[in-house]
Amino acid sequence: MKTLFKLFFAFFRIGLFTIGGGYAMLPLMEKEAVDNNHWVTKEEMLDIYTMSQCTPGVIAVNTATFIGRKEKGVLGAAFATLGVVAPSLIIITLIATLFKNYAENPYVIKALVGVRCAVAALILTSTYKLIIKAVKSPIQIGILIAGFVTVAFLGSSPVAVIIVAGILGLFVFDARPKEKEVKNDE
Amino acid sequence: MNKILLMCINFFRTGLFAVGGGLATLPFLHKIAEVHPDWFTVDDLTTMVAVAESTPGPIGVNVATYAGVKSLGIFGGIVTTLSLILPSFLCILIIYNFWQKYKENDRVQKTFAALRPAGLGLILSACFTVFMSAVFPETGFNWHCLLLFAVFFILLQLPKIKKIHPIFFIILAAVIGIVIPL
Repeated sequence: MKTLFKLFFAFFRIGLFTIGGGYAMLPLMEKEAVDNNHWVTKEEMLDIYTMSQCTPGVIAVNTATFIGRKEKGVLGAAFATLGVVAPSLIIITLIATLFKNYAENPYVIKALVGVRCAVAALILTSTYKLIIKAVKSPIQIGILIAGFVTVAFLGSSPVAVIIVAGILGLFVFDARPKEKEVKNDE
Repeated sequence: MNKILLMCINFFRTGLFAVGGGLATLPFLHKIAEVHPDWFTVDDLTTMVAVAESTPGPIGVNVATYAGVKSLGIFGGIVTTLSLILPSFLCILIIYNFWQKYKENDRVQKTFAALRPAGLGLILSACFTVFMSAVFPETGFNWHCLLLFAVFFILLQLPKIKKIHPIFFIILAAVIGIVIPL
């Protein structure tokens, strides 16, 4: 029971401070699920995140369901998922009924400009650490750059990038770093 | 009752077919607005997205809640939100079982070795989008934002600061945004 509430409130905090879409939750999730509660390792978090991008639904919800399921079964999944959507439910209901001009409020606009600067710095810090950990072989570096360039500059769909990378990894080449290959051959 | 059921079906479908994050729900919501203008209109959708992007929480969930509240009040918001997340909830439970069973499998490992850098490339491009929207807004280059970003980024590399919860930085940045004209 204690873990269920822990899951709910950890994901409630994540939902409450994820401003600007699912990707902004990465630094928060790293803090709550990896550093503070040890529900998943850094690599598992990255795997879950990647899978969440090519499965139906909102990324933040998918990730919450996955981590909740891993930690405490189906009930854990339900608590984590409800936790991540509860802040939206409360805040949006308030805005839609009471503060209809919220998005045009000058203070909101100003605060959001500041938040974007911090969120960009936070995501970059988390991503950089993950890249050092998970991207080692030249092929992996190539995929990273190709993924970034096609989505950021050519406007490709993120889903397409994940699917292509998955097919390449499964059928075309082994992207794992060399040391591991040597071990497997022995 | 009929309206509620119809809403459930519509948002369930949106949750099931919108792959790749919150903004992927937009084309589906657009369709709903066209078919059921009494729920919410295409014009409402613009406001919803503006609100969803400037409030905490996943954008897809925010838009769904807004649409539900707009057409059926608080109860509607709960209905649309739960309908939207139900398909992904079920999908992830199924995927989880496969993952548990096969994550040590050699082929799965091989696939993930290629998926991880791709996933990181996507996160990096999302980060780039956030960065560009702050530093190069429609009004031109904003060097205050570049400076603020740089200060945050450098601070975050310090070992002592790394331990601080990201929530602190987000609140701090919101206060800076209001107090100092960026």
